[in-house]
Amino acid sequence: MSKNTVSDRFRKVDVDEYDENKFVDEEEGGENQLGPDEAEVDSLIRQGNLMGALQAVLKNPPINTKNQNVKDRAEGLVLKVLSSFKSTDIEKGVQSLDKNGVDLLMKYIYKGFEQPSENNSAVLLQWHEKALSAGGVGCIVRVLTARKTV
Amino acid sequence: MSLYSFGLEPLSCHAWNKDRTQIAISPNSNVVHIYQKQGKEWTKIHELTEHSGRITGIDWAPESNRIVTCASDRNAYVWTLKDGVWKPTLVLVRINRAATCVKWSPLENKFALGSGAKLISVCYFEKENDWWLSKHIKKPINSTVLSLDWHPNNILLAAGSADLNCRIFSAYIKDIEDKPGPTPWGSKMPFGEVLLEYKECGGWVHSVCFSPSGDALAWVSHNSAISVANATQGKEVTQLTTGHLPLLSVLYVSETEVVAAGHDCCPYQFSYKGPGCLEFVKKVDISKQSSKGNMSAMQHFRNLDKKAITEEEETGLGSLHQNSITQLCILEGPKAKVEKFSSVGLDGAMVVWDFKVFYSLQKIVRCK
Repeated sequence: MSKNTVSDRFRKVDVDEYDENKFVDEEEGGENQLGPDEAEVDSLIRQGNLMGALQAVLKNPPINTKNQNVKDRAEGLVLKVLSSFKSTDIEKGVQSLDKNGVDLLMKYIYKGFEQPSENNSAVLLQWHEKALSAGGVGCIVRVLTARKTV
Repeated sequence: MSLYSFGLEPLSCHAWNKDRTQIAISPNSNVVHIYQKQGKEWTKIHELTEHSGRITGIDWAPESNRIVTCASDRNAYVWTLKDGVWKPTLVLVRINRAATCVKWSPLENKFALGSGAKLISVCYFEKENDWWLSKHIKKPINSTVLSLDWHPNNILLAAGSADLNCRIFSAYIKDIEDKPGPTPWGSKMPFGEVLLEYKECGGWVHSVCFSPSGDALAWVSHNSAISVANATQGKEVTQLTTGHLPLLSVLYVSETEVVAAGHDCCPYQFSYKGPGCLEFVKKVDISKQSSKGNMSAMQHFRNLDKKAITEEEETGLGSLHQNSITQLCILEGPKAKVEKFSSVGLDGAMVVWDFKVFYSLQKIVRCK
């Protein structure tokens, strides 16, 4: 067969970029979202007030921002709080959250699943079990359908 | 509550005739079957075979006895019964993608067709040329239109689409009708005017339904939520997120009660009493009591031989439908006080739900 000597770089072009009617998500100002307050959360953990730390770390979720650092920092902080809970207290922690809190917690849990490591998988699975019984499968569906997530 | 199985194929859509003695269904193919009720059984009396693509929507106009069908072959046909045979008339919908849903207007002088071409085709009959014409609503729809519902005033049309928006348009066609009076949704209603655009639905909007008075609009979206917009309260939207799998169809059964069903295979009842007051009432299903009766020795060994199990296992779902419910339809009762509604699902079954039973049960509970 004859060899194709013409360049095939055209195959790497993303044609969707040139589509005039391409669907773009609404851009909402996410510049002011800085994620949960690290100092506040750390001090609450040190005091042993884990319930308070959980509430604090779920505030100001960096949903709209495009800054990946802010998102990574928020995720790291959430994992720190989740790991510092005792297994028996996890259920109480989940009960103290309202519906939106459980949805947000589930988003962070799945974000954590994306980068599994020795430490966090077991903890995340325990939290996942309790969050699932509180939020139902609908909670997980909302993690999947959310266009802007943590 | 009664279940009738129309076979193994999923039922894409269904529509009833005026006196509910006939049902038109499509078993996930390009054919519409019309069944006639005979005692407890349904017998097939007609087959409508004009479409070349999978049928996505059927609607039966009760007064004028016309059926409109739409399919993924980008066509829609209006069927009229002549001498006991259903004759199709092609409708020029002018879409270049599949049609997804179709609904007759309350006065049956026009119908709306949603499509994957990011537009809604509002079709009406032009007597001079003896054909069906269409007008398009395009802006600002950005993706497939998944569901439609008409307001009781025959002018406003609600559309749920895959661009995560729920909108209300005006489908006023001045050639065939008089100018509409103002409604709580707005007073200026030229064709294509957007009277409501809610952008934060959170997921594809699978189904929309106006309340009996038309002052509220309920919809269900793919993020497992049900929402209601209230025109009389400044078009304020209340959303309730549920812990169930996404709902696919929503139906108003009274001015305040809403029934929705979907991938959880059973209908749920919700109640909307005002802004911020949308709550889950109950599951509309009688759970099957698993009959762990005495098994004969023969059955025991049969299970062991065939399935290698020693106990009787429940492999069916606890609900009447064994697969997702795709569409709900009012069966008996006026819109403001529905007594029976029907559901069809991917399991090929059609279930009739009796709401009267539940109204009376509710009364009993309250008297205590």
